[in-house]
Amino acid sequence: MTQDNIPKVKRQRIKMQEQDVNERIKNFLEVPLGYTEEEAVKEAERCLQCKDPKCISGCPVNINIKEFIFKISKKDFEGAIDTIKNDNSLPAVCGRVCPQEEQCEAACVMQKTKNPINIGGLERFAADNEAKNFEIKIPVIEKKLDKNGNPIKIAIIGSGPAGLTCAGDLAKKGYETVIYEALHIPGGVLVYGIPEFRLPKIIVNREVEYLKKLGVRFELNCVIGKTFTIDDLFKMEYKAIFIGVGAGTPVFLGIPGENLKGVYSANEFLTRVNAMKAFLFPEYDTPVKLGEKVAIIGAGNVAMDAARWARRLKGIKEVHIIYRRSESEMPARIEEIKRAKEEGIIFNLLTNPVEIIGNQHGWVKAIKCIKMELGEPDSSGRRRPIPIKGSEFIIEVDTVIPALGTKANKLLTSDVKNLKLNKWGYIEVDENCATSIPGVFAGGDITTGSATVIAAMGAARRAANAIDQYIKDKEI
Amino acid sequence: MYEIMGKKELAKDIKFMAVKAPHITYNAKAGNFIVIIVDEKGERIPLTIYDWDQEKGIVYIVFMEVGTSTKKLGQLNKGDYLYAIAGPFGNSFHIEKYGNVVIIGGGVGTPAIFPIARELKKAGNKVISIVGFRTKELLILKNEMETVSDNVLIATNDGTFGKKGLVTDILQDLINKGEKIDLVIAIGPVVMMKAVSDLTKKYNLKTIVSLNAMMIDATGMCGVCRVSVGGETKFSCVDGPDFDGHLVDFDELMIRLSAYKDKEEESLHYCRLNKKIKDELK
Repeated sequence: MTQDNIPKVKRQRIKMQEQDVNERIKNFLEVPLGYTEEEAVKEAERCLQCKDPKCISGCPVNINIKEFIFKISKKDFEGAIDTIKNDNSLPAVCGRVCPQEEQCEAACVMQKTKNPINIGGLERFAADNEAKNFEIKIPVIEKKLDKNGNPIKIAIIGSGPAGLTCAGDLAKKGYETVIYEALHIPGGVLVYGIPEFRLPKIIVNREVEYLKKLGVRFELNCVIGKTFTIDDLFKMEYKAIFIGVGAGTPVFLGIPGENLKGVYSANEFLTRVNAMKAFLFPEYDTPVKLGEKVAIIGAGNVAMDAARWARRLKGIKEVHIIYRRSESEMPARIEEIKRAKEEGIIFNLLTNPVEIIGNQHGWVKAIKCIKMELGEPDSSGRRRPIPIKGSEFIIEVDTVIPALGTKANKLLTSDVKNLKLNKWGYIEVDENCATSIPGVFAGGDITTGSATVIAAMGAARRAANAIDQYIKDKEI
Repeated sequence: MYEIMGKKELAKDIKFMAVKAPHITYNAKAGNFIVIIVDEKGERIPLTIYDWDQEKGIVYIVFMEVGTSTKKLGQLNKGDYLYAIAGPFGNSFHIEKYGNVVIIGGGVGTPAIFPIARELKKAGNKVISIVGFRTKELLILKNEMETVSDNVLIATNDGTFGKKGLVTDILQDLINKGEKIDLVIAIGPVVMMKAVSDLTKKYNLKTIVSLNAMMIDATGMCGVCRVSVGGETKFSCVDGPDFDGHLVDFDELMIRLSAYKDKEEESLHYCRLNKKIKDELK
């Protein structure tokens, strides 16, 4: 029976093909393989094209989801990607790393039957299909000039999702846009944080190349706050500045033994393998040393990324996740948890580390944990974990990777006079992403604390519009 | 890409290099360091800035060829390019008039003390520099140190130049002679900084050391450079690199610095093999 004969609401979500688990743990390639044209069309045809589409309001940047899915169903793939790009400049990235199950897909009316449209999968299809089949269109841009006929310069600090989005938007509006990046490669968290098997770096490079074609200039190896200060940038004739530097500083556990060899922050471990390609050592010079047994502390997306990376490295026999609450409180995407489990990651739930134990050479040899039980809900609404007295036990491991989130990196903010920060050290902004300093805007994790790629992009887009307005109001 | 404008061998395996990097010299100050990547497959390594010329946008470094990265760096010549230079990182040395300052450099710690000595002297301090080397052949920057110090005292382990012994022996002599010392600065191998700090602690002399922890991003993002100072964990890259020598846990730092010894061997072996193959192909 062909699908056409089944009512739309009863058609099952088209499963995206994935790399076989036994294969994928031996390589670094992307796990879900993406929809074929036929699969994408079939999945798009399931969409009910609601009169009042809830998915759109579920999207932090309000992509016209209904329209792009309709276009895919009619095989107008070029039209579909154009629709998405009206609201989202990084669809190939967002199609992969957005938590759609909490956003657009959670709002999908088909969620009622636990069978929502795979909006992320379709977004990814539209973007990948464009890269494969179409010449990427470069819009004609009319340069914005100041009163003296000179280009109006805007500085963007950080080349992560926020920086790339803001730069792209401003370049399209005609501004001379320069991105300052601290590392030697552009992309921020998309390159140092998110693993190749979840977001191939070729996709990030594609976006960077696109921005270059729009006229955006990248100044790599420049750390604002050190190489140049905010004041220096204004002296260099930048008329406005966008700060999108991310949250940045790793949180450690605060338990004995954390400075032993073999304890890596998730940031350090992921930077070594992702950005510095330690998995190709000694061809690449940066090493990483995990031994045979690895414990990752925490159960967010970064923890899953670290665990799954460790699983793929040579010589690793056991990878543990240690988490103090239970499965239902784990912050990672369900899909990532499922894949981690398939790949043989061992989940130690309701377990909290109390000490990291070293050997005589200063290397980690074990981690001492305590069993937890769940009590009353705490301020986050999740049930508070309480240690069970006398339940301490030992897990033998060679490496411990705390993946407990990040806090505000003060490198840039501490040097800027009059920049208002909140009590956690994040930059305070208004609804237009304006900071307490005129002409300085900010968005992404440095204003909110650790959040999502799409949230950062949404803020960056608002900031780009606000910067445009600011420049117009100032009649530069 | 950053062009190498000049190169000189100062002693066996110790090289001086001038690199065009105006973004580094724009805000460079004494005590800052940089992170370099030699080539596309290279690692990020921290190096102290020896000197800089803001007008020409040139930064000067002195390094010893000890591992893969520094050996690869040493093989580059004038006209070649470095893949990346970032910085200037770390808090610059706090310059003020302390009075009589003894500044101690061990081996390739000497280029690191050079700009600090110069700035301290400019600020009106009396600067006594003590520099120590294994042997006369490794002695570097003697003349340069003399231009920025009131007095330069030299020690070699084998007695082939200056006093036979360690920098701490010279420091002990100064203390014994009743030299008034308001501040001691020590930059060099961890064992040396530890020995200096142990000695000055006995005499209650304020001592600042500059730590050479491992680093990756050097912006406070990874935490590999964490050190224990007065029982608290600090990041050398953003909280340092200068710390109170009497509070630093040098033993922990030494252990942490040894983490990749075997990998370093493996990497060097791979490099030699690669070079051999390349040479044979030629």
